Amino acid sequence: MRITKRAATVALLTAATVVLAGCSTSASTSDTAADCAPADGKVDLTFTSWIPGIENVVDVWNEANPDIQVAVQTGPNGNGGTYANFFNQLEAGNAPDLGQIEYDALPNFRVQDGLVNLASCDGVMDAQANFVDWTWGQVSFNEDDAVYAIPQDSGPMAMFYRADLFAANNIAIPTTWAEFATAAEQVRATGAYITNFSQSDINQFAGLVWQAGGTWFGNDGSDWSVDLTDDTSIKVADYWQDLIDRDLVSTQPPWTTEWDNAYNTGAAWTWNSAAWGANSIASGAPDTAGNWAVAPSPQWDAGDAASGNWGGSSTAVFTGSKHPYEAAKFALWLNSSSESLTMLNESANLYPAAKSGLDLPVLKEGVEFYGNQAIYDVFATASSQVSADFVWGPTMTQTYNDVSDGFKAAVSGKGTLAEALVTGETATIDALKAQSIPVKE
Amino acid sequence: MSPITESPAPARSAKRTAAASSTPTGPKESPLSRISAMTVMLVFTLYFLVPIWWLFVAGTKSSSQFTSTNPLWFADFNLIQNITNLVAYRDGVFLKWMLNSALYAGAGALLATLFAGMTGYALAKYRFPGRELLFNIVLGGVLVPATALALPLFLIFSQVSLTNTFWAVFLPSLVSPFGVYLTRIFAAASVPDELIEAARLDGAGEVRTFFTVSVRLMFPALVTVFLFQFVAIWNNFFLPLIMLRDEALFPVTLGLYAWNSQVNQIPELRGYVLIGALLSIIPLIVLFLLLQRFWRSGLGAGSVK
Repeated sequence: MRITKRAATVALLTAATVVLAGCSTSASTSDTAADCAPADGKVDLTFTSWIPGIENVVDVWNEANPDIQVAVQTGPNGNGGTYANFFNQLEAGNAPDLGQIEYDALPNFRVQDGLVNLASCDGVMDAQANFVDWTWGQVSFNEDDAVYAIPQDSGPMAMFYRADLFAANNIAIPTTWAEFATAAEQVRATGAYITNFSQSDINQFAGLVWQAGGTWFGNDGSDWSVDLTDDTSIKVADYWQDLIDRDLVSTQPPWTTEWDNAYNTGAAWTWNSAAWGANSIASGAPDTAGNWAVAPSPQWDAGDAASGNWGGSSTAVFTGSKHPYEAAKFALWLNSSSESLTMLNESANLYPAAKSGLDLPVLKEGVEFYGNQAIYDVFATASSQVSADFVWGPTMTQTYNDVSDGFKAAVSGKGTLAEALVTGETATIDALKAQSIPVKE
Repeated sequence: MSPITESPAPARSAKRTAAASSTPTGPKESPLSRISAMTVMLVFTLYFLVPIWWLFVAGTKSSSQFTSTNPLWFADFNLIQNITNLVAYRDGVFLKWMLNSALYAGAGALLATLFAGMTGYALAKYRFPGRELLFNIVLGGVLVPATALALPLFLIFSQVSLTNTFWAVFLPSLVSPFGVYLTRIFAAASVPDELIEAARLDGAGEVRTFFTVSVRLMFPALVTVFLFQFVAIWNNFFLPLIMLRDEALFPVTLGLYAWNSQVNQIPELRGYVLIGALLSIIPLIVLFLLLQRFWRSGLGAGSVK
């Protein structure tokens, strides 16, 4: 009895192994379909995205393109589980044809060979001129003859501020970070805080470093370099550490009720955030409608005109897709046609990465919540001032977690922001080595 | 006789008044320990009920009052309006998710209970080679968290192209090692061999004996297994997260999680997540109240023998 049972187990295991092996070979052969030629006949594509309302946009495409039908799949946002799913699906050989990927996650997929290089697809290289330069750098990794995704939206940063409170208290709107610190003291004297330093939004901090001209990662084609602790990053960290130490900024966790409430009650006066943040303030602080305005980000040196970026995503084609040609065609339409960009802006406040998108009529209007200021003009200018040199690393989720832990500790008085960056850098280098990704030290 | 029996009552009431002035008297039932026990219970009750109270209160507020009013007390009562908005949002996709959850959890728990009951009964009442080995393997299964199985299940289901289908979430729900364990213990204790013998003598087949005689005796255990499994499937989140990509197949937990992860982009969603979470716990509460009677006796039954 025992022997037959063992035999049965062995047989089962063998069968499973054979099935697994069989499938993994079929998955790897389909990789070669990346020469990007149009298919004969009708093509069905699958597209995973977590943008609310994107199915309406895709309906418009499906209506106009009976030969290239796209089915939308959805899930939580990227770091909320969809990226993990993408990796599982790539492993299992059933990834969708197209997927939404934020810029900071693209290098991870690139390192794992999950993305199709679309450079040989019709019209992709010609589209470069149509996208804001730095967004194109994000999807090409500044490699020659390479495009791993089509830029979708972006988050150029500027400063939201309470125009009424600054005016009533006779405080000048800061245009440099030095003025910002002075204004912070004046605002604190009224009992409020000039802004909230988001202890867990490493993305926001990265945007500030980006603006200051820092870069955290580099890739020379073979090796990665990690530099979270260059002079620029430390300068930015020390600046905010000083404001925290002097109790000139509040340190509430972002996107919480308390955080909303601080803005709603006038306890916080400014927010250095991205274009898509306009809606966060409007819905989180409804009682302050009409009192807000937007100014360019404060600069490190008077007269400079630099901006950072916070967020933004792209549409990538996964290895294993049998129809990269049609997929690229759809991705280009999705991210550069004014029809699609208008719909995406209305349903999910996406701020386009396409140059033509920055001039959409809907982005030229005055916004009631911001005293009818045409706030997106400020962001359009900011978008042109974002450096194209900033590169994300291949293990950003881990980097965010490690730096975020350090930031939370620093905010509660243990250690400093700069120390958090040092810890984050060491942990990131370890993580890269652990995944056998070559690192230059 | 009467002075002896009556004496404790006044003593007790005296103690109660004494407790107010904090002078403990009799050693038998120290008010101090009583008060501390009550305090601990009260704290825990609050600990469990306050979040639900908060959820209920938050669900009745309009989005503008949500951040600006006392989180534990009502502002303008907008519950009905909020529910209407939620149900109308995106063509009622929330109702679809609730139905999906009901189907996954209801049908899944029913079949899982049947299978677990049959297996447990067979393990308890029939002697066959490898019985203990089988039971020990099932016991080992109790120790493996469902989360750890999700990824291997995904890879296996991928091989047979069943990911992103109803079956991807439904089939794994049918397995309940804990149910097998519980029903085996319960069947051994509550289904007498003599009764099975009697049924056989009366000419009933094994299957008929099981369904007409044994199931009735095992009913409290089966209800308990059903309840446990229903709650486990209803709350299961990781498996659907990995398996499903089609919104129309989502259970309510995954749907609300997906919305919650989009709050940064669409802040209105926060209100929908709140009211949705409130509605999504109602079926569980109703089920607990309905089945409470059975499953209480079910939990106790195995323990004394």
